[in-house]
Amino acid sequence: MSDMSQGRTNVPVAGSQQPKTVTISGSKGLEFDEPLIFEMGEEGRTGVDINPVEISDSRLGGLTRKENVGLPGLSEPQIVRHYTRLSQKNYGIDSGFYPLGSCTMKHNPRVNEKIARMRGLGDLHPLQPQSTVQGALELIDTLAHWLKTLTNMPAVAMSPAAGAHGELCGMMAIAAAIKARGENRTRVLVPESAHGTNPATAAACGFTVDSIPATAKGRVDIAAFKAKLGPDVAGIMLTNPNTCGLFENDIIEIADAIHEAGGYFYCDGANLNAICGRVRPGDLGIDCMHINLHKTFSTPHGGGGPGAGPTVLSEALAPFAPVPYVIHDGNSFKLVEDVNEADGVPFGRLKGYHGQMGMFTRALAFMMSHGADGLMQASGDAVLNANYLRASLGDILSVSFDGLCMHEVLFDDRFLKDTGVSTLDFAKAMIDEGFHPMTMYFPLVVHGALLMEPTESESKETLDLYIKTVRGLAEKAKAGDAEFFHDAPRHTPRRRLDETAAARNPVLRWKPQ
Amino acid sequence: MRYLPLTDEDREEMLRKIGVNDINGLFADVPAQALLKAPVDLPPRQGEMEVERIMAEMAAKNLSPSTSPSFLGGGAYRHHIPATVDYMIQRGEFLTAYTPYQPEVSQGTLQVLFEFQTQVALLTGMEVANASMYDGATSAAEAVMMANRVTRRERAVIAGGLHPHYREVTETHAKYLGFEIVSPEPNANGDSMDELISLIDDKTSCVMVQTPDVFGNLYDLTKIAEAAHEKGALLIAVNTEIISLGLLEAPGNQGADIVAAEGQSIGNPLGFGGPYVGLFATNPKYVRQMPGRVCGETKDVEGKRGWVLTLSTREQHIRREKATSNICTNSGLCALAFSIHASLLGDEGIKRLARTNHANACTLADMLAKVSGVEVLNKTFFNEFTVKLAKPAGEVVEKLASKGILGGIPLSRLFPGNADFTNMMIVAATETNTVKDMEALTAALKEIL
Amino acid sequence: MSTIKFTKDHEWVSVDGDVATVGITTYALEQLGDLVFVEVPDAGKSVSVGEEAAVVESVKAASEVYAPVSGEVVEGNQAIADDPAQVSGEAGSDGWFFKIKMSNTSELDGMMNDAEYDEYLGTLD
Repeated sequence: MSDMSQGRTNVPVAGSQQPKTVTISGSKGLEFDEPLIFEMGEEGRTGVDINPVEISDSRLGGLTRKENVGLPGLSEPQIVRHYTRLSQKNYGIDSGFYPLGSCTMKHNPRVNEKIARMRGLGDLHPLQPQSTVQGALELIDTLAHWLKTLTNMPAVAMSPAAGAHGELCGMMAIAAAIKARGENRTRVLVPESAHGTNPATAAACGFTVDSIPATAKGRVDIAAFKAKLGPDVAGIMLTNPNTCGLFENDIIEIADAIHEAGGYFYCDGANLNAICGRVRPGDLGIDCMHINLHKTFSTPHGGGGPGAGPTVLSEALAPFAPVPYVIHDGNSFKLVEDVNEADGVPFGRLKGYHGQMGMFTRALAFMMSHGADGLMQASGDAVLNANYLRASLGDILSVSFDGLCMHEVLFDDRFLKDTGVSTLDFAKAMIDEGFHPMTMYFPLVVHGALLMEPTESESKETLDLYIKTVRGLAEKAKAGDAEFFHDAPRHTPRRRLDETAAARNPVLRWKPQ
Repeated sequence: MRYLPLTDEDREEMLRKIGVNDINGLFADVPAQALLKAPVDLPPRQGEMEVERIMAEMAAKNLSPSTSPSFLGGGAYRHHIPATVDYMIQRGEFLTAYTPYQPEVSQGTLQVLFEFQTQVALLTGMEVANASMYDGATSAAEAVMMANRVTRRERAVIAGGLHPHYREVTETHAKYLGFEIVSPEPNANGDSMDELISLIDDKTSCVMVQTPDVFGNLYDLTKIAEAAHEKGALLIAVNTEIISLGLLEAPGNQGADIVAAEGQSIGNPLGFGGPYVGLFATNPKYVRQMPGRVCGETKDVEGKRGWVLTLSTREQHIRREKATSNICTNSGLCALAFSIHASLLGDEGIKRLARTNHANACTLADMLAKVSGVEVLNKTFFNEFTVKLAKPAGEVVEKLASKGILGGIPLSRLFPGNADFTNMMIVAATETNTVKDMEALTAALKEIL
Repeated sequence: MSTIKFTKDHEWVSVDGDVATVGITTYALEQLGDLVFVEVPDAGKSVSVGEEAAVVESVKAASEVYAPVSGEVVEGNQAIADDPAQVSGEAGSDGWFFKIKMSNTSELDGMMNDAEYDEYLGTLD
């Protein structure tokens, strides 16, 4: 056996026999029981008015579709109601406090949405002549300038579509640089506290992964790290601040050591929100870092995406940056799309077209709104809020690592020992109190992790109510009311769902009865 | 700063509670030489009005396809998006939610994903679909890597008519994972299926064919599917214009094992190339090798139907270096836009929309064929075709742009260095193109050529 | 009469002549949680000690079952592949994963007996 994660139950615990509110319709007041669109559709209905046209099939090669697609017919008012009702079953940052550690759920300003939809930005075709998109290229170049200045790095690859895609970009650049040196380095060092995407990315680039243990202080064990260095080491993938919410104090020493050993330093920038505008990764000796625009620079998470993961690169890695990229030749902006036209030796292409332009627009608007001073203030407030939670909850929960934290604070489940309440139960009880749960069971370096990231968007009043709630629940757990927690959540559109049944017999689509 | 709720009094009180003197005291773990004392050299904070003004100035420097006759396709298409779509996706509960890891408070997103997966499966004629990928190009590359896992082989045969960006993304992965790509030269008149079939051997993991291809040509996949299956290889069908499936036979009905497609055309704006929504569909027997997130049906403790993310053991937070892919995001909001637009269309709407696209493209092709110096190359097409011009297409496109017309994509942009393609451009017409647009293009071409 | 042995990877091995029947222990099952997917090797596959032989997944964990001994797989347990709930931590039960015809029985020497395995579990967190 290998790779066992911490066991935790996913099967719902049988609910207690509380009286249920039963209604005839299945809905309860503002909470609607909403069927699938496929269960509502009728032939002959439509939500668009398109006139039928006669066509000849002479240019279709006899390849016309024989059967209907099977999409249900619905009118516009039905559609509006359907999606409105579904939206009401979701918790967003607009709804309330979302202290989901390592996810940076901050306020999403609406002006960014407005700007992203401007005529001349939101409607541009990616393959228009470059002479007709000079403003769009200027926008990409301006965002690149902000990112490079904030990180003190000389280059940035703009095309990666998400954080994990940026990891891929960075590691591919590292592999290309090593190959260009004529060396064969196959091993990548990854701390055990890393996001799971780090080892997955290293493997996708053909590297083998070697895990570095953490110290009792939640940092990289630098002695163990140095002992693993050798001529076959391509680099280290380190998150800083790390996933325990701690700044890696030895980061400069780590950078020096990896460089001395001939490897490169990949920094996972997922936690940039802690240091943005205050600490420049380029001053720490890193060679590349992806920047999650959907975290630090507030492009909406959208229920799981889209993201954007521009990746800053050091002098050593810049020549290997993927196509396309924007340059300014003195008179105009130019998008370099052809590998053979590039100055350097690009390692290839990561996605169609030029990157997540809609996210660039929003992120740049967010950055310009803050300015250099506002970004500095924002990271300060994010770290202040996290430390306020730590100081206000440290006595009743179990803080995993002593000392100050950065933008998120890590607790583990020692405070729940012998209560019969698990981290999962505790988090589900938070839902009933009107809060989104914290991140659970991550990072893996502590048992039953609860990782809280308040971001700079929260007021002291919100934090105080949250603190009061967490304290109250912790007392309740310690008082032995396990049943209360096993039953949670009670006040949600659905209660605990049977994930085991879902995975054993996957039902991944609707089918007609 | 308008986005920051803490007051100076709050900050002082909180610092006292923590036991440090000032904000810098919170950064004690940062090496002193790396901690900035003053903001970096970038402009200071600005009000909403000022930011809008700066961005509007940049927008004004671009030629907007909304206000000019535009015939650009090449895997990204201008379609009309009903107002309902953009209104609904901006509801905060959709827009500002995270990945639905807590199903009790995410049933909205999850039900949308379940409906989306069903819509994608229906359109492509496949049994199952995932909750989306970054874009069509990454879907295609992931499809090849999945075929390699399923067949435990490492040789992909790729049609010459595959969108060059899709090919380049796949090649980038091939370089790092060490799998082989075999491909005939691209030909604007279309791939020879017989030639592709001759490239399939018993080490081949998959054949990847795009239809309509990047030049607009349509293919019957039935024969190549049979040939692939005979050698134990999978057929990957690529589609970059998903609306075509309102009129054309679904790849799933022609023997495809995986469909990788771009979903931008339904519900999503052109947006200068992103974010888009990669579609990915396959058969149930391969579902545990499928990349990306997937939503499944289940019940809650009270026995009510509900939805959860499932089969997550394929993913990175559990599998780490053994994950099926390093992708852990989907294109959630773009998938929502796709799903709402597809719901509005329904069966009748998608059929009529597809027919209108084809009809407009036929009208345009007939008009262009009459212009001296223009030859329409395609025998078959959906809403996009390739024309051969009497002059280099790159120059012609620039001249058209100077007249405020976005006339087409020169093949030299997609296939740089390929001398055969110098005079060719691909031209698309959708439901958004009026006859007046088409007349403007033909008149301008007559002048230029 | 078969002998039962345990590995540090939480597998039980029931030895009968030169055939070893391999399963995972109750401890491993508790760590994984309810199983949702099992993949067993085909008969005829040759495996060496420590090599990945089967795959097991719960909702939140995925794991490999390694071959505790070298040899040739004589049978994979299709019953647990069809219904993962049939996997049993009880050594020698029907909830086994695969049977290996051993090529080197000395590989059994380093394994633990019942009491030693219990003691080993006591040293774990």
